[in-house]
Amino acid sequence: MNLSLPRALACLLAVSAALVLQASLFSHLAIRGVVPDLVLLVVVAAGLAFGSEQGLVLGFGAGLLLDLAPPADHDAGRWALSLLVVGYVAGRLSGRARPRPAQWLPVAAACSFVGTSVFALSGLLLRDPVVGVGELLRVEVLAVLLDTALALLVVPLALGLFAKVEPDRVLA
Amino acid sequence: MTDLLSRPRRPAVEDHLNRRGSLEQREPGRPRRSLVLSLVLACVTLMTLDHVNDGAALDPVRRLVGEVYGPAESGVSAVVDPVIAVPRWLRSKHDLATDIDRLQGENDQLRAELTTSDYDRNRLQEYDDLTATADSIGYALVPARVVGIGPAQSFSRTVTIDAGSRAGLAPDQTVVNGQGLVGRVLRVTSTTATVLLIVDADSTVGGRVGRSMKVGFLHGRGDLGQGARLDLELVDQTYVPATGEPVVTWGSQDGAPYVSGVPVGRVESVYSSPRDTTQRAVIEPFVDFSALDLVGVVVPSGTHSDRGVIEVDGLR
Repeated sequence: MNLSLPRALACLLAVSAALVLQASLFSHLAIRGVVPDLVLLVVVAAGLAFGSEQGLVLGFGAGLLLDLAPPADHDAGRWALSLLVVGYVAGRLSGRARPRPAQWLPVAAACSFVGTSVFALSGLLLRDPVVGVGELLRVEVLAVLLDTALALLVVPLALGLFAKVEPDRVLA
Repeated sequence: MTDLLSRPRRPAVEDHLNRRGSLEQREPGRPRRSLVLSLVLACVTLMTLDHVNDGAALDPVRRLVGEVYGPAESGVSAVVDPVIAVPRWLRSKHDLATDIDRLQGENDQLRAELTTSDYDRNRLQEYDDLTATADSIGYALVPARVVGIGPAQSFSRTVTIDAGSRAGLAPDQTVVNGQGLVGRVLRVTSTTATVLLIVDADSTVGGRVGRSMKVGFLHGRGDLGQGARLDLELVDQTYVPATGEPVVTWGSQDGAPYVSGVPVGRVESVYSSPRDTTQRAVIEPFVDFSALDLVGVVVPSGTHSDRGVIEVDGLR
């Protein structure tokens, strides 16, 4: 279960594209400032395709990029922790069969909820942003709805990319 | 048949008994405990490093990542911005068309032509505003455009702008636009900079109520958009500011992070509780943070820059 080079490159490409689009394109389509978590959805797709161990590693890496790339300003490591959990959960929830929409859509929604929750809770612990619980909940509900909608587009794209890189190993 | 029977069973390592005593196959993708532990510890270490000492330890790494992803964000933004501007224009034109039905035919003819000219005119207006701002607040400005906006899920209100250290920017410089105060520069890469908006919940700006010169502190609420408001906490508890009074920045030593005399907003309402020792006023900011585009960064006069610096007496 080692991360092969083509697979790692495909993951880096998908995560980078998601990161840039999330900051520059989808910020224009934001609803009350909430942007769909494209990076989170890519991590979900990776977890579904490669299992929980690689989902975990990729989630950590993707979260780290999200923590460090501009315009992030929260304490680094918070998205890394959230997406690490997301990658793990997605891997654990994925079945053995080829993922179908009816199967991965609830997984994406659950992962979105888990990811934003872990991020928000880590913020409460570190007292990083001084926002109320009401605001937290409002953002979280909106984020889960947006992520689920965007999952219909992003997850199949990412799964397709991963399948193209290594057609024989994805379903292992 | 004998061949099948003599073949050994699958190795027992693949299966194991679970807590309830039933046979369960080992899942292939299940991560090693050591890996989970080390990654979680790495996260905690990072958070600790970044939490203490204002994140100084991670600033070089942030800068490195910014050097790679900043230009990518600028590039995508350059492609996306004109496209994004089109629906905004169409909507206003549509309202107009319902008012003046007889001009509909002419509107259709001019539509294609106006798509670009409206956008250009808006951009020109923004540059004009910025020049006027440099003139009225008396500081030199480096013009820059917003290329990336942080998501609300991060609960911090930050944006990326397309000017960096090469344009003469440095951390803790004031960012303004044609309407008023936008925020301050947190960190720079060679071509981009991260700006903390004043509506961020962590942002504190020294404010001065225009007419009475009373000073206080402006706190953001972490809310963007039309409903974005700031809370003004006045030092003098006996003074009640009037509704509609303008608030400007009070300024810090050497103009870092905020220079003095930049308009911030106007008093919308005032309230006080008997338990509180200070008066609180709600401030409506002049800047529309949901539609930030062109901004100016206050730099010392005569700064060496890779672009035109708007000096007090005009463009240089």
